[in-house]
Amino acid sequence: MAIYDTRRRRSKFYIGLCFASVAIGLGWLAIILGTLLFEGFRNISPAVFTQMTPPPGSEGGLKNAIIGSLIMTVLGVAIGTPLGMLAGTYMAEYGRHSKLTIVVRFINDILLSAPSIIVGLFIYEVMVVKMGHFSALAGAMALAVIVVPVVVRTTEDMLLLVPDPLREAASALGLPRAIVIGKVAYRAARAGLITGVLLAIARISGETAPLLFTALNNQFFSTNLNAPMSSLPAVIFQFALSPYKEWQQLAWTGALLITLAVLVLSVTARVLQMGKPGK
Amino acid sequence: MTGMNDVTNLGQGRVAAEAGTMAGVEVSNLEQKVSIRDLKFYYGDSLALKSISLPLCAHKVTAFIGPSGCGKSTLLRVLNRMYDLYPNQRAEGEVILDGVNILRPEQDLNLLRARVGMVFQKPTPFPMSIHDNVAFGIKLYQKLPKAELRDRVEAALMQAALWGEVKDKLNASGLSLSGGQQQRLCIARTVALQPEVILLDEPCSALDPISTAKIEETIDELKENYTIAIVTHNLQQAARVSELTAFMYLGELIEFGVTAQIFTSPEKKQTQNYITGRFG
Amino acid sequence: MANHLAIDNAGPGSAEARLANALLGFKVRDKAFHVLTLAAAWTVLILLGGVVASLVAGSIPAIKAFGLNFLTTEAWNPVTEKFGAMAPVYGTIVTSIIAMAIAVPSALGIAIFLTELCPYALRRPVGIAIELLAGIPSIIYGIWGLFVLAPFLQEHVEPGVISLFANVPVLSDLFAGPPYGIGVLTAGVILAIMVLPIVASISRDVFETVPAVLKESAYAVGCTTWEVVRSVVIPYTRVGIIGGVMLGLGRALGETMAVTFVIGNAHKISPSLLSPGTTISATIANEFTEAVGDIYTSALITLGLILFVITFIILAISRYLLLRLHQREGL
Repeated sequence: MAIYDTRRRRSKFYIGLCFASVAIGLGWLAIILGTLLFEGFRNISPAVFTQMTPPPGSEGGLKNAIIGSLIMTVLGVAIGTPLGMLAGTYMAEYGRHSKLTIVVRFINDILLSAPSIIVGLFIYEVMVVKMGHFSALAGAMALAVIVVPVVVRTTEDMLLLVPDPLREAASALGLPRAIVIGKVAYRAARAGLITGVLLAIARISGETAPLLFTALNNQFFSTNLNAPMSSLPAVIFQFALSPYKEWQQLAWTGALLITLAVLVLSVTARVLQMGKPGK
Repeated sequence: MTGMNDVTNLGQGRVAAEAGTMAGVEVSNLEQKVSIRDLKFYYGDSLALKSISLPLCAHKVTAFIGPSGCGKSTLLRVLNRMYDLYPNQRAEGEVILDGVNILRPEQDLNLLRARVGMVFQKPTPFPMSIHDNVAFGIKLYQKLPKAELRDRVEAALMQAALWGEVKDKLNASGLSLSGGQQQRLCIARTVALQPEVILLDEPCSALDPISTAKIEETIDELKENYTIAIVTHNLQQAARVSELTAFMYLGELIEFGVTAQIFTSPEKKQTQNYITGRFG
Repeated sequence: MANHLAIDNAGPGSAEARLANALLGFKVRDKAFHVLTLAAAWTVLILLGGVVASLVAGSIPAIKAFGLNFLTTEAWNPVTEKFGAMAPVYGTIVTSIIAMAIAVPSALGIAIFLTELCPYALRRPVGIAIELLAGIPSIIYGIWGLFVLAPFLQEHVEPGVISLFANVPVLSDLFAGPPYGIGVLTAGVILAIMVLPIVASISRDVFETVPAVLKESAYAVGCTTWEVVRSVVIPYTRVGIIGGVMLGLGRALGETMAVTFVIGNAHKISPSLLSPGTTISATIANEFTEAVGDIYTSALITLGLILFVITFIILAISRYLLLRLHQREGL
């Protein structure tokens, strides 16, 4: 009986640890989000959206950073999504059983999780050095490189979920392959494909490292793609590590803005996904 | 009736022999190991078992037969409270094992399951060696020196009629055995704990005929020491291995009695229809 | 389908000719699309090749200057242009080890909770909450770590830890003061929080592949819940768990922003976990834009190359293990 009591106690102990892990995990989430909301909202005002980033010691806003992030994000997604979708389409449609697909899938999954600072270095070498200066375009390209693996993965997964009988029915009508894919498969997987794009946007919204040595940063408002451009993550990086109170406060607000954007995108993506059967 | 004669001829005379020995024995004279009283079972709000009452007699094999969905597996899983793992399943009524109602909330489930073992439809060897599979249950309850443990493992494997085939490869993975051998390993694992009741939930349905025959032999030997309940889709198997049979339909116990009598002259029309294959 | 002869012999402008033109158009579009997608697929490979090539090209000056000594030198002196990777590599490895040591047991605990203990109604919300942790950008962790966690550790935890182990032989060196708040340990803790949801998510998915019959068999022998998990669930899913752990490790090794904020950026190796240090990615992030001179820049790129090689190997192992698991499941 003694053995059994020990077993029961041991089970209760470890089960207790499991409960504790969940509590701690959820606790971290609550603390981080709570702090973010508290500090970020503290000084929020329309000025954040209407004024430029200030010099040290004075008040200001994040307008140039917000616009800069928007521009580079949109550009990055615009460049990376078509490339990713086409590659994913090849893997799911034309090349479903080819060796190339197996290799690309493997490489793609590694790129998906690779350190993003490496991407920054890569674009630095091939664009910044060649062009001779930092630029928003380089920043957008770096973001595009991060977008591609995400979109490839979701496109392939979503297209593979479309049942083959659907494709066969379309082909039996005499439709060429390209139209079968374009009008039938894409349409069937539409929600999933959009989800993939949303997830990619969420992913790059918070990326800092790839922008650090491609788009650099810019104190002033600029929409010149050929020049350094400000972005929220870069500004947060600079301001948070500084000793100036106003800058630190703006850093918190910027962090809150990014997190809200990411959460909204993730929730939207998830809601879209719930309309689809299967995962 | 020709239908009845066909059934009687199945099992090659064994049923007839059983009929001879048990014909004069009333079920109520047998010792009851488990007594099921007024058992109701719910999946959520839907009633799956409707007031079942019957005994499991000691050292006898009781077969549960009936078409798919009649509740025979559900009933079996009440006997070791396996349904407790799932929050929306519950049972009402009494199941008395040696004078104690095992459905009561204070019942210790682990100790119950050490006394009431179960073998499942699909062979489920644990991801470990053959020896460890069998020793697993023993080690939960006793601290034995290695040699004694080895002996217990050997005894269990012999009871399951598997010792001869695995005695030279006790360290091989349990998964390296064939389907029939894996199922006998699961039986060995169960008897290693020296339970009092063994529940078999369609143990041969995933196996080939030769493995099935071996397991039926094993069941025949096991009943010397254990009380056995077996759920089976295979009427011939029920006729071969059991002394008592319960026929269930749509969650109700239609008829229960001596196997020979159920198969030759059942009292209820429904039983007769099922036995003769009028419905499956 | 129309008669080929009829199409070939058709006069221009006739219905057959129009059909022929249409079919030709289909064929051309089809081929074009096929080629386009094929090219896109190849681009993914070329991308990887490009990354490797550019890193190697950029590292050549530093490799020429330092050779293999680069890996064993602790010095990092921009003035004399003497650089060594030992401090960043050490920091990267140590922070990752701390992170995994904290994250893996917690992640398994969460996965066990989600698959065995959690009431059905709560499973989805809790799972989503854990995944939200994964979605928070790393710079948020960085800023939170700098302004909230580090001061907290500095005031409330580190002094206690330092005095607790002050007289214990090995541990007193491991936890020596002064309490900066920032440092290797803090970075490890932040990394742990970041890696936790990844490992938990994969472990949960892997645990769900264990057949219910197998778990019921273990319960049927009288196992307690913990015994079922330890003896059946975890051994059955071993390969998948390791795959998930490696994925988390890959993330921890390469993480930049969260670490940069709280590691203290000191190019030295000290035995104490409470002292500042640096990691490869933190070094690059902090110094790249101010690096003057080819050797300095090249040294930083070489660090990037080292990081890439390490993470590539870890991630490749992870992918391989998870692939094997999928094949076994027939997924």
